[in-house]
Amino acid sequence: MKQDETMTTFDVIIVGGGATGAGTARDCARRGLHVLLLERSDIATGATGRNHGLLHSGARYAVTDNESAEECIKENRILRHIASHCVEETDGLFLTLPEDDLAYQSKFVEACRSAGIQAEVMDPKEALRLEPSANPSIIGAVRVPDGAVDPFRLTASNILDAKAHGAVVLTYHEVTDFLKVGNRITGVQAVDHKTKEIKRYYADVVVNAGGIWGHGIAAKAGVQVGMMPAKGALLIFGHRVNRMVLNRCRKPADADILVPGDTICLIGTTSTKVPFEEVDNMLVTAKEVDILLREGEKLAPALAQTRILRAYAGVRPLVASDDDPTGRSVSRGIVVLDHATRDGIEGFVTITGGKLMTYRLMAEWTTDLVCKKLGVTAACSTALEKLPGSREEEEEVVKRVVSLPLAQRRSSIARHGELAEKLAGNTPVDNSLVCECEEVSIGEVKYALNELDVNNLVDLRRRTRVGMGTCQGELCACRAAGVMSGEGKYCAKRAKEDLASFLNERWKGMAPIAWGDTLRESEYMSWMYEGVCGLKSPQKQGE
Amino acid sequence: MNLQEHNISDNNFEQCIKCTVCTVYCPVSAANADFPGPKQSGPDGERLRLKKPDFYDEALKYCINCKRCEVACPSNVRIGDIIQAARIKYSKKKPTVRDFMLANTDLMGTLSTPFAPVVNFALGLKPTKAVLDGVMKIDHRRMFPKYAFGTFEGWLKKQAQRQASFDRQVAYFHGCYVNYNHPQLGKDFVKVMNAAGFGVQLLDREKCCGVALISNGFINQARKQGQVNIESIRKKLADRDMTVLGTSSTCIFTLRDEYPHLLNIENGDVRDRIELATRFLYRLLSDGKVNFRFRRDKKLKVAYHTPCHMEKLGWSYYSVELLKMIPGVEVQMLDSQCCGIAGTYGFKKENYEVSQRIGEGLFRQIEESGADYVVTDCETCKWQIEMSTSRRCEHPISILAQMLES
Repeated sequence: MKQDETMTTFDVIIVGGGATGAGTARDCARRGLHVLLLERSDIATGATGRNHGLLHSGARYAVTDNESAEECIKENRILRHIASHCVEETDGLFLTLPEDDLAYQSKFVEACRSAGIQAEVMDPKEALRLEPSANPSIIGAVRVPDGAVDPFRLTASNILDAKAHGAVVLTYHEVTDFLKVGNRITGVQAVDHKTKEIKRYYADVVVNAGGIWGHGIAAKAGVQVGMMPAKGALLIFGHRVNRMVLNRCRKPADADILVPGDTICLIGTTSTKVPFEEVDNMLVTAKEVDILLREGEKLAPALAQTRILRAYAGVRPLVASDDDPTGRSVSRGIVVLDHATRDGIEGFVTITGGKLMTYRLMAEWTTDLVCKKLGVTAACSTALEKLPGSREEEEEVVKRVVSLPLAQRRSSIARHGELAEKLAGNTPVDNSLVCECEEVSIGEVKYALNELDVNNLVDLRRRTRVGMGTCQGELCACRAAGVMSGEGKYCAKRAKEDLASFLNERWKGMAPIAWGDTLRESEYMSWMYEGVCGLKSPQKQGE
Repeated sequence: MNLQEHNISDNNFEQCIKCTVCTVYCPVSAANADFPGPKQSGPDGERLRLKKPDFYDEALKYCINCKRCEVACPSNVRIGDIIQAARIKYSKKKPTVRDFMLANTDLMGTLSTPFAPVVNFALGLKPTKAVLDGVMKIDHRRMFPKYAFGTFEGWLKKQAQRQASFDRQVAYFHGCYVNYNHPQLGKDFVKVMNAAGFGVQLLDREKCCGVALISNGFINQARKQGQVNIESIRKKLADRDMTVLGTSSTCIFTLRDEYPHLLNIENGDVRDRIELATRFLYRLLSDGKVNFRFRRDKKLKVAYHTPCHMEKLGWSYYSVELLKMIPGVEVQMLDSQCCGIAGTYGFKKENYEVSQRIGEGLFRQIEESGADYVVTDCETCKWQIEMSTSRRCEHPISILAQMLES
């Protein structure tokens, strides 16, 4: 490995490119700080990209954690305003099944109202009319302002705004060590995974926004943060079964939320404590799939006959406060740790706990603390200023971007808001499709390559939904690799390696649910790539 | 573990594994770049429309509902049905007066047959064609099928007694074309059936099968007519053990498959007893239950064209094998490809060019065939072939009637 001795100095270094890190970078940059964000992999690869994508109304926490519920509903309203292109205003229903206690409903509604969450008790028949996919045997329903939020879009949009305000964002840069002078952190040492270089970056304050990996990052700085990894598994279904978010009206338990997100819907989650060694390689077990299907069918019986696209799991970065083995009674509350007062280490802050819904508030509190340390007095503007992509009404953009075929136009505008105008386009080549399931054009891929920090196919998937559709990469992966190679992102050899690793990553999600049409399709895919085109698995590439 | 054992989804599109063979076989995709193709319009589009109805693309109107995509599909996805159902559910375009006239074959026939000579003359005039083209957007190059002077129904009613004298009976779903334009085919059918020992009856009430109503967006009317037809068929079949036969592949396909798939008309109790005359006769002949006396003095060379809905039914085999049973008839199979007219589609000015481009390959093959006649089971294919090639096009039943010893 090479040593890079050039010194670069920032006001603040943020470690971690999830929603919280991206949000903190945005907030700090908007307040005039010189920001560096370091992410060891791609943006939104941890818990940010591995959850329901539920725009919580807070109702789920109303009974058990009123403080979280209040934070949620406030942030819910803010996100609808600042991140409209990442949010779908679907509303949600809390359903009471015959096996549930209807008495919980009144307790639930009361708790919602005291947290400021609108909760409307509905006649079950009326609820079924609104949401025909819901279990017809429900005995109660409450309507709440839940919705769906796309975490990849949200994170990418925060990154775009941070960069627009001068932030430097480096993905595939992993912090390996902290630079210290006495008891003060003065910067970090990081390895650039693309070039294998070791680099040093200096700043007055370093923010640890590493999610569950923040545990290890803090340890490198010589600080103990007691985190508890709690695994949550989810299933993605091939299309939207439900229009509204469906919840069970009972004490939070396994697999009781069904969220419609973009073209699909997903059921989750389970909750299991896992050791730290496993957090980098989460596998969904047969038992988890069973629980998710069994409970999911109770919310929407059609799930029993709906094709499952994939299974995945995320790790909640909960801050351990007691010995609850399920990790459920732990507060989802936000934890900002000033290590100067807590551990006597200057220039180091950890932000953890919380949830995707409160990423902006977490970023605000963290930035407040950073500013205080730096003596900056600028006020937070992230709750008022709209994110890039959300600055114009969707229908207005639709009227303006007319050159694309309809489905492509609607899909790309849903993904990029008014930025869809920047898509390379209007030539027959740019308007032709890379991904047919999700209507991603060559022009959109080029835009993502040029402006959204894309290094490989998996990164591209997070920006554009390439490979997220029913074919899971069967038709689009090779085309996308071809465009990337053509645009000079990598050479043909690397393109083949990337293609193979992308397809294997897709298979990892299909393996736990590999039956029926999903298995048939994956067999067809491997026949095509391996059998016909002779693509080898990454391990065999060298042979 | 739960493998969703009974995973038979209503959302049939989920069986699609994106092999794209449907688009390869789509006659429109090859001829019109504005059509997104069956895969994009069908299974892929359906998923997007379930997300948000405004993903419906009016370009789906270019689908000619030939169902060749469904024949090609190895995953049994009802692609054509998905596209037609989406048009029914989401299209906001209102049908025009022109669409109304083209779709209401029944009404136009009833109005025209009493004045057939005048109507036929007028439709052939240049000024009429100019008005139809300019005002109605019916292409001036299109030749109209001639209207007959008097209907087939009128003719058959006159000889009801003779038909009733046969021990065995069949009911005939003649369709609009036989009734108003080409009663001769109906007469040929009666001649053949009588020779086979069957008397021919009409249904108490026969409405147009509705295929043109469906493709032009008149769904409620199509459903009403379909209900009348299935009720009439049900009543007819309840009386005695008989079969409802047709000579139009599209009418029969619509009664059997489009009714339940697109119009939600339950026909399961009678579906298996509605079939094509050629299939019915082939079975009788091959089982030795009927023997025809054929002319020995005549030789014919015919080329068989497989209409799209015949391909979907899988029944062109019966028509072709039946023709081969006739001594003196030499049968050549033309490649199975769409002729391009697709019912009323090819009449519309905006579709004329595409319609002719789709049929190009077929027309060339017909010209090169050296056949005396092209033979096919579909009337609109007949119009297209006769307009676009130098050959006459006849129905297999008419060929059979011609070759019977009188």
